[in-house]
Amino acid sequence: MSLLIKNGLVIDPSTGKDSKLDILVEKGLIKKVSKKIEEKGVKKIIDAGKYVVSPGFVDMHVHLREPGQENKETIETGMLAAAKGGFTSIACMPNTIPVNDNRSVTEYIIARSHEVGVVNVFPVAAISVGLDGKDITEMADMKEGGAKGFSDDGKCVMSADLIRKALEYTKMLNVPIIEHPEDHSISGDGQVNEGFISYKYGLRGMLSAAEEVIVARDIILQERINSLLHLTHISTAGSIDLIRNAKKKGIRVTSDVTPHHLLLTEELITSYNPVYKMKPPLRTEEDRQALIKALNDGTVDAIASDHAPHTFDEKDSEFEYAPFGVIGLETSFNVVYDKLVRTGILSVSKMVELFSTNPARIMGLDRRGVIEPGAHGDLTVFDPEKTFKINNEKFVSKANNCPFNGWKGKGSIVYTITGGEIAYQA
Amino acid sequence: MGDYIFSQNHLLGIDHLSDKDIDTILETAESFVEISTRDVKKVPALKGKTVVNLFFENSTRTRSSFEIAAKRLSADLINFNSSVSSLKKGESLRDTVLTLEAMNPNIIVIRHSASGSPLYLTTFAKSSIVNAGDGFHEHPTQALLDALTMKQVFKTIRGLRVAIVGDILHSRVARSNIILHSKMGNEVSIIGPPSLVPREFEKMGAKVHYNIEDGVKNADVVMMLRVQSERGAGNYFPSIREYRKHFAINRKVFKCAKKSAILMHPGPINRDVEIDNTLADSDKSYILQQVTNGIAVRMAVLYLLKGDFNEPIN
Amino acid sequence: MEEKIKAKIMDEKKIMRAFQRMAVEILENNRVVENLVLIGIQKKGVFVAERIKKLIAEMENIDLPTGILDITLFRDDLHKHEQQPVIRKTEINFSVEDKDIVLIDDVLFTGRTIRAAMDSIFELGRPASVQLAVFIDRGHRELPISPDYKGKYLPTSRRERVNVMLKETDDIDQVLIMEPTRF
Repeated sequence: MSLLIKNGLVIDPSTGKDSKLDILVEKGLIKKVSKKIEEKGVKKIIDAGKYVVSPGFVDMHVHLREPGQENKETIETGMLAAAKGGFTSIACMPNTIPVNDNRSVTEYIIARSHEVGVVNVFPVAAISVGLDGKDITEMADMKEGGAKGFSDDGKCVMSADLIRKALEYTKMLNVPIIEHPEDHSISGDGQVNEGFISYKYGLRGMLSAAEEVIVARDIILQERINSLLHLTHISTAGSIDLIRNAKKKGIRVTSDVTPHHLLLTEELITSYNPVYKMKPPLRTEEDRQALIKALNDGTVDAIASDHAPHTFDEKDSEFEYAPFGVIGLETSFNVVYDKLVRTGILSVSKMVELFSTNPARIMGLDRRGVIEPGAHGDLTVFDPEKTFKINNEKFVSKANNCPFNGWKGKGSIVYTITGGEIAYQA
Repeated sequence: MGDYIFSQNHLLGIDHLSDKDIDTILETAESFVEISTRDVKKVPALKGKTVVNLFFENSTRTRSSFEIAAKRLSADLINFNSSVSSLKKGESLRDTVLTLEAMNPNIIVIRHSASGSPLYLTTFAKSSIVNAGDGFHEHPTQALLDALTMKQVFKTIRGLRVAIVGDILHSRVARSNIILHSKMGNEVSIIGPPSLVPREFEKMGAKVHYNIEDGVKNADVVMMLRVQSERGAGNYFPSIREYRKHFAINRKVFKCAKKSAILMHPGPINRDVEIDNTLADSDKSYILQQVTNGIAVRMAVLYLLKGDFNEPIN
Repeated sequence: MEEKIKAKIMDEKKIMRAFQRMAVEILENNRVVENLVLIGIQKKGVFVAERIKKLIAEMENIDLPTGILDITLFRDDLHKHEQQPVIRKTEINFSVEDKDIVLIDDVLFTGRTIRAAMDSIFELGRPASVQLAVFIDRGHRELPISPDYKGKYLPTSRRERVNVMLKETDDIDQVLIMEPTRF
């Protein structure tokens, strides 16, 4: 099987490509990239004359819910949603039932994803057994089984001693510790960002400080340990300052933000619609602007969706009783491209870094996030002019808890290519 | 009044009302006060209408007040309490309300521990929704009955100084009162320990005080809030003993207010905790008049909403 | 609805004479004046009642108890309105039990207001008798109700409106027939 993508605007910041090029993919790998490639003997040709070709997008923070909560999402529906959203690789969080805290669960997820096949799934395994924050998991064993990182995600490691040990132990494994920074003793049973709006609308709040305290703690520990530390879905201006200063001092730390924290603010919760309920909560406009600025100055390395599917019934309730989380795989690119790239805030090249180059690097995905001979044939092809309209009844994900429902704009995925195979075609 | 008409379909909160809406409700309530003094305390205004009291929190007072109000207007009334409902079996609020609506009520009065639940109902229910208290958010009929009491005493509901003392953070009564008096252009001060009185409330138009004597100075109305002893457990303050020392109202502190000042409390009161026993029973205290006015205000609300339309908001 | 004056029916003098005649008739019909009470229906019936009370006071040197009745809550058309009508005050500071009540309104039309007023009064107690005094009877009754005393019988068409203007509310005493300018 060979695939030729002709005449697309190839943008790959890691190799400095930013011009019209042909790409030939053979046996799952990129064979050749040049101005003109012979069509002779090629099985399938895509005319990408009006399109942009990017290294395949990587979403490093996704919840697939399988095993255990297949009513919300399955590995298969999550993977199909990823393909539709332009993602060739996704990293899935360990809070399944049972928890991905042992090699058999890790291997189950990988085996199941290979059966589906459309995109690459890289499990992130738990730091602590049962996500209980007490005992460290068999990390080396799970890495051998295919785990690409470790995280207790929403639970956040509350014990400073445990996160220290985890960072130290994973040094020999060369995989990232991914921290969802939230001090639960501060956030408690908070529902939304704490401030004037939470006070006025009578909802329990989560202070920005709940996030910042953990960001600061982890950076301080990491300064000495020098392992791989990734802080996920950063949401406050204060966290950004802490990370920016840490990077300036040369501390090895990376971070990602979500499209919803980049584009939405806490004002929306005045409707009490649980579709705006997630962790971390939507913050203030000031926070949002700080996140956007941090995309361009390198403080934030990646955009990740924190795709968190829930059933309609779970989200159709009193605000306080609804679960946290929104989905994003099928909309991340659309909304970011339309609101941040088309408006000139981000260059296309910067966007590719945030969606592909950097997350592939942080997750240690070998020969992904790059377009050069020998790399995996993972490519995302999008049409910058094609309009989209987000309709939460038309998702391939099982869930429809999407805060961008009804949004319209320009910039649509036309092909998602994984290992040289067409995983999705518009 | 010019072209003004009362055009609310629901009573979700004071925040949703204009100052004219508030005036209309109070004026209507004033005419209802008289009905409750008659031998036959009943008028046929809502004959044939059905009111549902949908209470997910225990509140005998508010529920009874709505019940009497509905009955004095000749409406039929159903009480639906969570303790006897199917909610314990895990029925969703939507299903519960749709089931009730299949019986064609006109007005649903809801009390719920989750803020925003009344607004959520309006997204699919056909009845008029009346908020009888939602979480920490609002308790509009309480603020309205407080306002009616003030209007009876001061002959106006404008130009007043209102001091609210206690757990502002967790009080829907405080929120509705702050919003109401800001709309009427009154001066509001809120008093309590900083852990229960966040500075951000000043954006709602209230002035924050940590000292009760400063806070009630020259007030026309001193409104005490019930202290929930369990708040102490959340470390919002160390003990009832220490709280009482700094934030309870007694005759000495009450003297800082105007000579004509009145004392109010949404009830139920904790005697000798937030409120001095003898002061609570003195002629300065309007606590029982508040209860009486609750019926008139709720009659006015039920009368004005009436509950015949209704398209869900979306 | 816009309307214009079709005719001026009564001026101050005529109105004065009509009130005097009504007051005299009420006194003649009720031998025991001490048991008599007046109840004016909101809104203009209240002022009509005040006038009659004053005239009776001048003639008999007796101050009749006079009450105010708002019948809004007893109307039979509450469910038909887009907006709820404004409620005015009811103020009857005496017991109606075993009294001879003269119910007073400015204009008698379909009779539905009087039906509502009687329902309302009977919620307050059991009077010995209820009589009806209206300043203008304009016909078109829909209920079996007829006045015991009237200032003037004024046949009108249904689309017209009778406007009783009194100094207390309108700065002038006159009765007008209004008709709509457009249909």
